[in-house]
Amino acid sequence: MSEYLLILVGTVFVNNIVMVKILGLCPFMGVSRKLETAIGMGAATTFVLTLGSGASYLIQHYLLGPELAYLTTLSFIVVIAGIVQFTEMAIKKTSPDLYQVLGIYLPLITTNCAVLGIPLLNVQAKHDFMQSLLFGFGGAVGFTLVMVLFAGIRERLEGADVPGIFKGTAIAMVTAGLMSLSFMGFSGLVK
Amino acid sequence: MISALWVMIGISLLLGAVLGYSAIKFKVEGNPLVEKIDAVLPQTQCGQCGYPGCKPYAEAIAKGEIGINKCPPGGEEGIQKLADLLGVEFQPFGEGAGPKGKAVAFIDEQTCIGCTLCIQACPVDAIAGAAKQMHTIIASECTGCELCLPPCPVDCITMESIEENITNWKWRHPVIIPIKAVA
Repeated sequence: MSEYLLILVGTVFVNNIVMVKILGLCPFMGVSRKLETAIGMGAATTFVLTLGSGASYLIQHYLLGPELAYLTTLSFIVVIAGIVQFTEMAIKKTSPDLYQVLGIYLPLITTNCAVLGIPLLNVQAKHDFMQSLLFGFGGAVGFTLVMVLFAGIRERLEGADVPGIFKGTAIAMVTAGLMSLSFMGFSGLVK
Repeated sequence: MISALWVMIGISLLLGAVLGYSAIKFKVEGNPLVEKIDAVLPQTQCGQCGYPGCKPYAEAIAKGEIGINKCPPGGEEGIQKLADLLGVEFQPFGEGAGPKGKAVAFIDEQTCIGCTLCIQACPVDAIAGAAKQMHTIIASECTGCELCLPPCPVDCITMESIEENITNWKWRHPVIIPIKAVA
């Protein structure tokens, strides 16, 4: 049990996928301008990433094995794209409200490198099924946490008196760097 | 080598089957007529028909709430297409409701009192200004929909027509001539 908790804390804070592993920067910079969109993106990513890490574990373990390991990346891309499509259709039918909330972010996730990165890291770390699921879920929660924090900061930056040359994306990049530095403070919390 | 092919083919087939099946199973019923009408409308989202965009107007036409002659940007050609699609008679534009030349709004800045009413009415956010500050039109964003005219309490907005010149001239939409088989 404590091992699972360690994976969760480890992925959310210590090895945060955006701030420490530097994955998924495109949505991090792109969709963090408003708090609501950041939450929507985070929720959609959490959903897909958890499902995706589970499914890719099954594929890696039962279908590919060591002799077909070179197909890992290719098959993961196909499977993740398929899962995203499927969830989009299922959500549209079963819960139009949730579909409204997730909206455009669901198909956007297909090309999110964090969503491909976590299953690949799972393979590298030789996680079992439960660990893979938790690793995916934790990574996505970490992603959501950072997105929400960053969106909050950016909403305040809008009103701040920033020197001309730093306006817009430049100051956002600087802020992201400082956030990344502060997340380094968690290192050593979990081995 | 060959097993790799089989694995990829297998994954693709399985996913394709699942997606194909769920596309049928989870199909959300929309009104196909609305989609067809919406495809004919010019998608300027100008609101001159009295609805907040082309899709709502298409829905209203499909329900039979409103006539097909309320879309000036589509022109008479657009009405004709709608009439063909719906199998109804061609209706000409009402008096003074037809398409006008391309125009942009202009705010007389001496008269403007900064009430922000036109900003709220503008569907494309082409008016800049704040409360008790003079407003101005961002001409490149203005679609000439005239929605800002009625709310203005001091009537300081006028429509200025744009002459066609070398900087704003565009190719006309091609006219498609149906090809008929010669016996």
